Amino acid sequence: MSTDAVLYDHPGPKAKARNLVLTIVFGIALLGLLYWIYSRFDEEGQWAGSLWKPFTEGSTWTDYILPGLKGTLQAAAVAMVLSLAFGIIFAVGRLSDHWWVRVPAGVVVEFFRAVPLLLLMFFIFFGVPFLTEQPMSIFWAVVIGLTLYNGSVLAEAFRAGVYSVPRGQSEAAYAIGMRKGQVMTHILIPQAARAMLPVIVSQLVVLVKDTALGYIISYSELIQLGVNNLSANYGNVLQAAIVAAVIYIVVNTILTTFAGWLSRRTRRKGRAPRAAGATTQQATIEPGLGGGGGGTL
Amino acid sequence: MRMTRLAATLGALTMALAVAACGGDDEGTGTGSGGGKAGIEGKAAGGKLVIGVKADQPGLGLQSGTAYTGFDVEIGKILAKGLGVPESGIEWKTTVSANREPYIQQGQVDLVVATYTINDERKKVVNFGGPYFIAGQDLLVPTASTITGPESLAGKRVCSVSGSTPAKRIQTEYKDAKLQQFDTYSKCVTALAGGQVDAVTTDDIILAGYAAQDQYAGKFKVVGKPFSEEPYGIGLKKDDTAGCNKINDILKAAVTDGSYKKAWDDTLGKSGTAAPELDTTKLTNCA
Amino acid sequence: MDVFSDPLNRDVYITGFLWILKLTLAGGAGALVLGVVLAAMRVSPIPVLRGFGTAWVNIFRNTPLTLIIFFCYFGLFSTLGFSVVDDIDLNNFWLGTIGLSVYTAAFVCEAIRSGINTVPAGQAEAARAVGMTFLQTLTIIVLPQAGRAVIAPLGSILIALCKNSTIVGTIGLMESSNAMKELINANGNAVVPIFLVFAGTFAIVLIPTGYAFGWLANRLAVKR
Repeated sequence: MSTDAVLYDHPGPKAKARNLVLTIVFGIALLGLLYWIYSRFDEEGQWAGSLWKPFTEGSTWTDYILPGLKGTLQAAAVAMVLSLAFGIIFAVGRLSDHWWVRVPAGVVVEFFRAVPLLLLMFFIFFGVPFLTEQPMSIFWAVVIGLTLYNGSVLAEAFRAGVYSVPRGQSEAAYAIGMRKGQVMTHILIPQAARAMLPVIVSQLVVLVKDTALGYIISYSELIQLGVNNLSANYGNVLQAAIVAAVIYIVVNTILTTFAGWLSRRTRRKGRAPRAAGATTQQATIEPGLGGGGGGTL
Repeated sequence: MRMTRLAATLGALTMALAVAACGGDDEGTGTGSGGGKAGIEGKAAGGKLVIGVKADQPGLGLQSGTAYTGFDVEIGKILAKGLGVPESGIEWKTTVSANREPYIQQGQVDLVVATYTINDERKKVVNFGGPYFIAGQDLLVPTASTITGPESLAGKRVCSVSGSTPAKRIQTEYKDAKLQQFDTYSKCVTALAGGQVDAVTTDDIILAGYAAQDQYAGKFKVVGKPFSEEPYGIGLKKDDTAGCNKINDILKAAVTDGSYKKAWDDTLGKSGTAAPELDTTKLTNCA
Repeated sequence: MDVFSDPLNRDVYITGFLWILKLTLAGGAGALVLGVVLAAMRVSPIPVLRGFGTAWVNIFRNTPLTLIIFFCYFGLFSTLGFSVVDDIDLNNFWLGTIGLSVYTAAFVCEAIRSGINTVPAGQAEAARAVGMTFLQTLTIIVLPQAGRAVIAPLGSILIALCKNSTIVGTIGLMESSNAMKELINANGNAVVPIFLVFAGTFAIVLIPTGYAFGWLANRLAVKR
């Protein structure tokens, strides 16, 4: 249901007055809180020009923040590609008719969904070289960690998406003589991807944020360069962290907005499965959250 | 058809991301080969050297802009010069305490000059040249503080980096102190400035670097009673005995020709502290 | 496995997971309460409340948890002077709990909001027709039905919260990720078994938890 107008009546004069009072009360409380925070920062000297001035200088951006952002985006971009591939492969694996494909795929997905990424990255960097006797680059340790975790979550999202496609679709495909692989690649995966787009995108936002965990193995990303190394020079760790947080919010908002645009575009062009009727609507929402809701963290 | 277009869009997007990402992936391991010798000298013969330094420790190894500055960095330059590598052939690589051994073992760096204390545990996996400096664990406190040494830490909040040797020493030998741990010393110093902790503890030379920073000028003092001995060494591969001896020779020469003193004066010595006397008889035997 | 035969090392391991358990429980409770309130704000008739809820979700959902935990220490505690208890570890635990709660609440809010979307419009329309106010409609009619639909997503959020609580280690709590680091630093030759024990503990607890929530969600699903 559309939440905007259904939960309450159009306000009459009395409700309008009450809403206005609540608006003012809450607004004042909020402004008061913000002012209090501002004045506490002021008392502690956190607005001091010397702490913020570095951010007005170009070299701060070109030497620390932008290289850091580049590190973050590089790791995120490579990991996005790999985890989408990982997700599709393992989703198909878990849907396989052969138990010897289904079971190992399930074990892998369940295991990597359950292990904290922090532990995983640490192990990939410090532990895996013991097993392979090959050096592990920091970049790939971060990317592989991100891929294993987010790929596993995406695999569950794709799987839920495939279940959400009305059965008639695959039945019709088999009826016109398509093989299993064809049904999967031509019929099920494309529709599943579209139905799960919101979940996939929120998982990709998670992935961007999770690059920050690369600090544990000192990957040169935004927090390592833009907060730790920068503040070692200027002693402004709080200010640097605020700037970094704003950058993360901007990057992720752009990603979300782009996804919204993509989803509107694809919906206009074809019928998404959720439009097939009220019964499937619930089916699309629920597994989507089940598989991805957790992924959204 | 609609499906194929969607798939094509996604595919194109994926590829664009992949290209953008791979274009910038410049993880170099910097292994210049050449020369007949093995180990560090062989690497150096190729005219290139990867040196691991800290990036967030003022006065020792600090990334300032695009360059690295500090005493460790100057030592690194002396070593490179002694090995016949021009300054332009040095690739600096940021290391943190936790990844120094793996970096050396895996060959991601050729040398580590990063406040690297020589101890038996580490000697099992890497070889050490030096020591080029003898540091000691000390305390950084606000100028007005009454803390006079580790004995007066009872009930006080002490900050250090999680899992570091100084943090462990506080935990085991000064149990009455309350330990706060962060992942960097910068955060400890910020907490000290804010009054959330009463002291920061690590090697005196690192603390001096923070105390000398402009934004903390006059606010902090180093107590000056070191309660441990931390000989800083130069880490290199375990089996590279020849390279280790070579490094010790370079250090000896640097003391004689004054470049060691100059390295100090240009960095930590700026605050007025005289250069330490490097006792070259105490250099490691490289075994 | 020799590493874990030493009682000192076992203590490190147990303490680590006890912190994780406490952080998960406290953070989960905080996030649930806060998330429901935020969801109510986002569907409320008052624009300021809606705006506040939206801003909260957009800010906290898009910021790395590492930074949020950092702000809890250096913003909330250091600068704003907020402190719960004198004990360092316990205070850091509460600061971490606050960070986990405000972060996770953003996800709880969004899950509940999509749960509300699964409740047919007729339900709320009928409630309004019999004269219920917004709060009555929401708490008596819509949320109980929505709650059943969001059990599965809330379960996933709880599991993610449990894993995320390892990040509180950045402000010094000796939770399981710091415990693992410490054990690995001291026992460099046993990296693989140590990792397997820590990762295995998470897997053994969290995988069944996931299935339990799935089972519960199916049992309690509103059949339409």
